[in-house]
Amino acid sequence: MTVNAPPSSSASSTAVSSPLKRLGALLAVSLVVALMTGPSGDSPTPLAGVKGSIFDVRVFKFLLAAVVIWAITLGYARLQPQIAERRAAVTTTSRRLFARPGSRPITYLLLLVLAIIIPLQLSPAAQQAAVTDVGIYALLALGLNVVIGYAGLLDLGYIAFYAIGAYATAYFTSSRALPTHSSVLFNPFAVFPIALLIAALAGVLLGGPTLRLRGDYLAIVTLGFGEIVQKVANNADGFTNGSRGAFGVPKLSIHVGPINYRWGIDPLPYYYLLVVLIVLVMLAFSALERSRIGRGLAAIREDEVAAEATGVPTLRYKLLAFSIGASTSGIAGVIFATKQFFNPQTFSLQASLLVLTIVIFGGMGSLFGVVLGAIVIQGTFFFLRDVVPPNDRYIYFGALIMVMMIFRPQGLLPSRRRSQEIALAESGGASVEMLSAGTVVER
Amino acid sequence: MSPALTKQSGDVAQPAVAGDVVLDVQQVTLRFGGLTSLDSVSLQMRRGSVLAVIGPNGAGKTSLFNCLTGAYTPQEGSVTFYPKPGESVAVLGKRPHKIARLGIARTFQNIRLFPALTVLENVQVGVETRQKSDALSSMLRLPNARRDQKNSVAEGFRLLELVGLRGKSNELAAALPYGEQRRLEIARALGTVPSLLLLDEPAAGTNPTEKAELSALIRRIADTGVSVLLIEHDMPLVMGLADEVVVLNFGKVIATGRPEQVQRNAAVIEAYLGAESEETAIDATDLPDVGSGRLPGTAKSGEPGESA
Repeated sequence: MTVNAPPSSSASSTAVSSPLKRLGALLAVSLVVALMTGPSGDSPTPLAGVKGSIFDVRVFKFLLAAVVIWAITLGYARLQPQIAERRAAVTTTSRRLFARPGSRPITYLLLLVLAIIIPLQLSPAAQQAAVTDVGIYALLALGLNVVIGYAGLLDLGYIAFYAIGAYATAYFTSSRALPTHSSVLFNPFAVFPIALLIAALAGVLLGGPTLRLRGDYLAIVTLGFGEIVQKVANNADGFTNGSRGAFGVPKLSIHVGPINYRWGIDPLPYYYLLVVLIVLVMLAFSALERSRIGRGLAAIREDEVAAEATGVPTLRYKLLAFSIGASTSGIAGVIFATKQFFNPQTFSLQASLLVLTIVIFGGMGSLFGVVLGAIVIQGTFFFLRDVVPPNDRYIYFGALIMVMMIFRPQGLLPSRRRSQEIALAESGGASVEMLSAGTVVER
Repeated sequence: MSPALTKQSGDVAQPAVAGDVVLDVQQVTLRFGGLTSLDSVSLQMRRGSVLAVIGPNGAGKTSLFNCLTGAYTPQEGSVTFYPKPGESVAVLGKRPHKIARLGIARTFQNIRLFPALTVLENVQVGVETRQKSDALSSMLRLPNARRDQKNSVAEGFRLLELVGLRGKSNELAAALPYGEQRRLEIARALGTVPSLLLLDEPAAGTNPTEKAELSALIRRIADTGVSVLLIEHDMPLVMGLADEVVVLNFGKVIATGRPEQVQRNAAVIEAYLGAESEETAIDATDLPDVGSGRLPGTAKSGEPGESA
């Protein structure tokens, strides 16, 4: 029975096929988790951690959790047909409702109202997180989504453009934030187009020589670029103030006619500004995705050789995607810089990977997906802060992402095209044939 | 390398074909290390004609296509393309998308569609390579972007109608049966408004009905004034369609002429059937079966001569 597992069984049950084996694996995992989350040892008593976490009553909690999870998976396997049926019924009805004219705008309006109301109910700390963790990262993820989701380019140094936007803001608006400043100082709002252009230019400068590379090579080069920018920010004391970072960038303010408004300590005005920007960016990118440019990018992602042969200027389109992503990142940098203190540590590789995680977790290529990804990932992170010891947060976080990628690789709200690509790749059908054909004409 | 325009360099022979030439390939040589894939191949093509390139497997047919479309750059020779009468462009050394813009479109031997895009979107990608609206006007939905969008949908439907796929515009390209994928690839290529269409084994893997439809489709395309350069193994199809046939063997042109002339050519018969069969009286009508008698999947392996 274990050998002839039906082909329809899920990936997990083919890997560990018998229920008993699965129980064993889960118990082993629970012991590891118990050990990792338990008290830590030190050099005089290196085994204290093991004693405190495994030879302790608390281990039963973990073993019990393993058994419960096992029972759930067992029940799930037995009930799978019914569950699939129910799910299909729910998705088709919701899809039918969504297809009804007028339901789309209403849904969007409802979501917008929620986005406006919910932060009012939050604690000040959560409001702060809604700006710096969720809002700004949603904006960053929307930009990276153009690069990864639309064009299919893996950019691991994306946060560099965020840094460029932030430092450009400090340079052009403040006489004190950095050791040097531009001769003419601007209102922070005027810096939006400047930062956008500088970041886009940096994107073109990085992309020009590197976008001829494919896949892994591009990832490595962009990784290097991200590191270079961070190291320069850290070491170019005379320009960036080094590791001390930039203090005192003026807050955003509007002085137009009778309107005189200054963003201050309160995070909510920043939040609403971000909501406006995110809505505008989503509108622009959804139009982009449906345009000839968006289709050209999709074509490049699916088969670059065929796209080029069909007349799509692949290098130019990839550069375009790169600079659109970079300028979005630059804008996020402006908001962040005017809101609070930053130093090179803000723009670490970890931040790049976090944005990447949000895009993949939320659903590559899907605008609502990546915004939801930012909310879920950063929200989880925020709530874990109170629930578990700070050092353990990454363990739970990593586990969440692993489970997600195993059971739902297309992300929370995948785009139609992306989920179809994944389905095609998994079925190993036509797309594989087309991929292997690539050797025929590729140089 | 600087490929000279044939018309301007005096030492190169004038096109042998009378009339309006659309493509002039002169002495093209392509080597991969020690392997010579194309050995000073020359051919001329009349505008609006259907030219078939045939030859045993490994003769260099697809290599020739890849040279014409910019995927390979041959070491020697020149390729001149005449988008309109009296207008000439050197093709070699240009990137594939530039060549596509000039008006040379192609299909692939192993179909290369955009599998997760819909049938209509596949064609739209081709159509939109001629459009001009930029990213900014697309993002802001400016009038020119909207106009382009409308035109590309209309033109996409027109081309799908032409290849008989209009009813399937919303399906995924990957979900189409093999023969329809071939036709979709042709529609995508036509979307770029080519004056020269290169088809790399369009009938491979299609059934007799599809083959007949395909033949009619290629005829229709040629009748609209698009010149068609065709690689094909299916001899009845070639003989029925081609105005002229070029035979390649081991990277060399061994015969050129009208289909019925080529069928009787001794060198061609030798290339296809092997040297020993020279004594056997060969009925020219036997020739067609040599290429088409094998399954498309196995076409890559084995010498064609052995099967005769």
